[in-house]
Amino acid sequence: MQLPFFSKKSSEKPREDLICKQCKATVPAKDAVKNRFICPSCGAYLTMTPQDRLHLVADKDSFTAFRDELKSVNFLHFPGYSEKLEKAVTATGEPDAVVCGTAAIDGTPCALFLMDTRFIMASMGSVVGERITRTFEYATAHRLPVVGFAASGGARMQEGIVSLMQMAKVSAAVQRHAAQRLLYISVLTNPTTGGVTASFAMQGDLILAEPGATVGFAGRRVVEQTTKTALPEGFQSAEFVRDHGFIDKIVPRDALRDTLATLLRLHAPRNGGIA
Amino acid sequence: MTPYEKLKTVRRSDRPTARDYLDLLFEDRVDLCGDRRFGDDTAITAGIGTLDGVPVTYLATEKGRDLQERMRNQFGCPKPEGYRKAIRLMRQSEKFGRPVVCLVDTLGAYCGAEAEERGQGEAIAESILTLSGLKTPTLSLVIGEGGSGGALALCTTDRVYMLENACYSVISPEGCASILWKDSSRVSDAADALHITAQDMLQFGVAEQIFDEDFKHFPAMCKTIRRQMADDLKLLSTFSLEQLLENRYNRFRKFGIFEEGGVMHGTAL
Ligand SMILES: [Zn+2]
Repeated sequence: MQLPFFSKKSSEKPREDLICKQCKATVPAKDAVKNRFICPSCGAYLTMTPQDRLHLVADKDSFTAFRDELKSVNFLHFPGYSEKLEKAVTATGEPDAVVCGTAAIDGTPCALFLMDTRFIMASMGSVVGERITRTFEYATAHRLPVVGFAASGGARMQEGIVSLMQMAKVSAAVQRHAAQRLLYISVLTNPTTGGVTASFAMQGDLILAEPGATVGFAGRRVVEQTTKTALPEGFQSAEFVRDHGFIDKIVPRDALRDTLATLLRLHAPRNGGIA
Repeated sequence: MTPYEKLKTVRRSDRPTARDYLDLLFEDRVDLCGDRRFGDDTAITAGIGTLDGVPVTYLATEKGRDLQERMRNQFGCPKPEGYRKAIRLMRQSEKFGRPVVCLVDTLGAYCGAEAEERGQGEAIAESILTLSGLKTPTLSLVIGEGGSGGALALCTTDRVYMLENACYSVISPEGCASILWKDSSRVSDAADALHITAQDMLQFGVAEQIFDEDFKHFPAMCKTIRRQMADDLKLLSTFSLEQLLENRYNRFRKFGIFEEGGVMHGTAL
């Protein structure tokens, strides 16, 4: 166990304008925030950064990032990985594809992890696995609920078998957190696939999802190619996965903060309850 | 042999399949069916038997011994109901204090529309989670392919063994070559880059031990494996439950190669 220390994000970069993937409209950052990252022209969901996400759900100035100096390494000397990492670090200003810390949601303290699809499709390598594991370990030690925003293309194949082992590592930390009867809310955002779906994204006590998010294990195209059948529209949409029994609730963005706040409050420790 | 040659070797249909090992590793075997939820997936052969006189639960991915069996078993790629059968029997093994022994030989979890509809990701996630906290000793042996999350679902165990040519990988080299390089002819390069051999697994600490392959003397080979499994189970059963679970947690906690504050964690190649 580490991470007894926190650091405040001292200065936030000014936000860039967003471009809607559906209608191609340019959405000024201020409007995006005001409109909870829903495109004002067409209603599509804009891609959110972890910082956007925190703005949406966490109490103002309540977020404290876990201070670490973790950095991904191309330890297999995998062709092209070093360049990919460098590009992603430059593009995001983050050392890897997940931001973790503590915050309050409508007054309830919790630990959070927020994955960032801008960083190599939020694939899970050693750093992502380590940060999420430490988040669960911290939450277990401090008896905090965990709210996790999953988004990922899957395991980071450039880290070979070590990336697969992150699924086991994080799962073991989730298991210990759960054994202490602590709450884990997993929020599936677009897209949640591969090894992340096959581990912590699907291990929440409560599994929420954003409308229309892609949620699956095998990629749609892989399934089509393997089975040589075209899949229907909406296959692997969050609604499809909910209808098949694997998601508790689809929560629109403008209701996400309130829903999380209510669920956290419903799990607050009670006097006279079961210890 | 190159890594890709090893992979091709273990994919050969004339290799023994999981059931050939089960026949020689366990006695008094009773195969058990079904997940009590949806159906029975024969890609996972499971049941109870004895290993050197000790009752154990075995869970094995089975590719099938002839074409008909292979088709019925999706060539050893389990469906969600297969993993849920495994999960059911893991919990049962905990109830009766039986160790769990897994044999793994799979390209990966079955890839298909119905597997997605029935929650392939959730089934694997639950299997990993269940094994992580299972209150009984657990072993796994990769006898051929250890394909991605579909293999990990049965390999989150106290000990992992591999046969000398067995492979274990986050993605098939075919999938890696096509996704990263859009070039299926670079499969061999992908196999090199991914580091998938049993010897790599030993180096990464993913596996504890490698067994020599000697299919001309298959019963003797299985006897060696059985003796090691029995010894390890004997050792694991001397630990207190807390110690067993602590060791298992640490076994997986250590994985990760990164830099922290300029200091390397884990060993780069
Ligand atoms: Zn739009």
